[in-house]
Amino acid sequence: MCLAIPGQVKNIFEADGIRMGRVNFGGIVKDVCLAYLPDITVGDYTIVHVGFAISRVDEEAAHRTLESFRELGLLDEEFGVESYEAATQQEDEAGNEVPR
Amino acid sequence: MKYLDEFRDSELARSLLAEIREMTTRPWALMEVCGGQTHSIIRNGLDQLLPEKIELIHGPGCPVCVTPLALIDQALAIASRENVIFCSFGDMLRVPGSEKDLFRVKSEGGDVRVVYSPLDAVQLARQNPGREVVFFGIGFETTAPANAMAVKLAKQLGLKNFSMLVSHVLVPPAIAAIMTSPGNRVQAFLAAGHVCSVMGYWQYPPVAERYRVPIVITGFEPLDLLDGIRRTVAQLEAGKHFVENAYERAVTEVGNVAAQRVLAEVFEETDRAWRGIGVIPLSGWRLRPEYRAFDAAHRFDVSGIRTEESRDCHAGEVLQGRMKPNECPSFGTKCTPRKPLGATMVSSEGACAAYYNYGRFVALAATR
Ligand code: SF4
Repeated sequence: MCLAIPGQVKNIFEADGIRMGRVNFGGIVKDVCLAYLPDITVGDYTIVHVGFAISRVDEEAAHRTLESFRELGLLDEEFGVESYEAATQQEDEAGNEVPR
Repeated sequence: MKYLDEFRDSELARSLLAEIREMTTRPWALMEVCGGQTHSIIRNGLDQLLPEKIELIHGPGCPVCVTPLALIDQALAIASRENVIFCSFGDMLRVPGSEKDLFRVKSEGGDVRVVYSPLDAVQLARQNPGREVVFFGIGFETTAPANAMAVKLAKQLGLKNFSMLVSHVLVPPAIAAIMTSPGNRVQAFLAAGHVCSVMGYWQYPPVAERYRVPIVITGFEPLDLLDGIRRTVAQLEAGKHFVENAYERAVTEVGNVAAQRVLAEVFEETDRAWRGIGVIPLSGWRLRPEYRAFDAAHRFDVSGIRTEESRDCHAGEVLQGRMKPNECPSFGTKCTPRKPLGATMVSSEGACAAYYNYGRFVALAATR
């Protein structure tokens, strides 16, 4: 859960008075809170942790990190139900434990 | 795995390793504070690529691992209640309490839900006005701004059915506790990059000065880690001890000021018990009195819970760097990620789980 993933801000909107944005993480798009980066604009890259943009990052670094996270399967692990499934499904068909 | 091979072959990795090898004249023990770093180190086999003289001690920076047992038991008690929707990050589900875990509570009919962001829990509270929605607010400084915003929003929205069970922990007091613990072997710290993205690193120079210990802010990717290690060893070899930022692309000295402002508004410092370590003074955050109505520990009566830690688990020694996971007698036998005895075997950021998942079954000392 400590993972922070870089993504690109696609648009910015407001919900309940809080600055939010749609952020694209190499194809996976999520609504993210941008309240802590008041200056960030559409097209910028940011590092996102549990649904919050915490710092800005440049494009090249963002791409490099995303690529390595993808290779390591960390993107699936981080987003939504996958982490829950990963926590619960660790057996192969024969019912043997599979080290993750 | 393509990425791993690429990394091992990478020109940069090789030259960083060569540089580290060249400058290392004595044995040094470095602690990486963050569990995400531990995970990356073991996954990429960095500990095995480094010169033998460099030992990496895995630190307590895994929030899932250090959340005290008493709090897990409180969470289990609250989650078992009739009218409660209990929301948590996925990693907490398998953390063993005294008798069971959240996953068990769920299978017994408890409404336990995994959310991606604490704001999702606030939305759930809105959609279910007749039910109590409780969020398990754990984490280090990286996660705290998200949890703070969720509580702030719940207050603004006037939600009466949202609360948070808070157990936030802080890195600088943990570093101080490690440096003053009897028998400490840690000589330098790789500080956690994303904690510093939020908090900056202005808090660290007094710590480096006081304990005469190098602190290098380090990222999570293998090259980041090698660079952090290289700078740390250079300081140690030169007899220096200062704070250095090896993760400039995501960390500034002041950190995220907007986040720090909300943190100060919602949380205040408090003593915290760390699982396996004990109480560290002023090492955590709790909700300020103005937010007491949103404090789940206050709203639900969770007193009188008796906790019992597994006697076979040595997570405390692992978390303080006195024992490597595969030196624990239960490792891989009585204790696996599927049937964890301790929290360090649960989360992918826990040292025991990292060792298990990447096949470190033999103690390094025995192979050397
Ligand atoms: S291997 Fe299991 S029992 Fe041993 S210290 Fe780690 S979590 Fe505890």
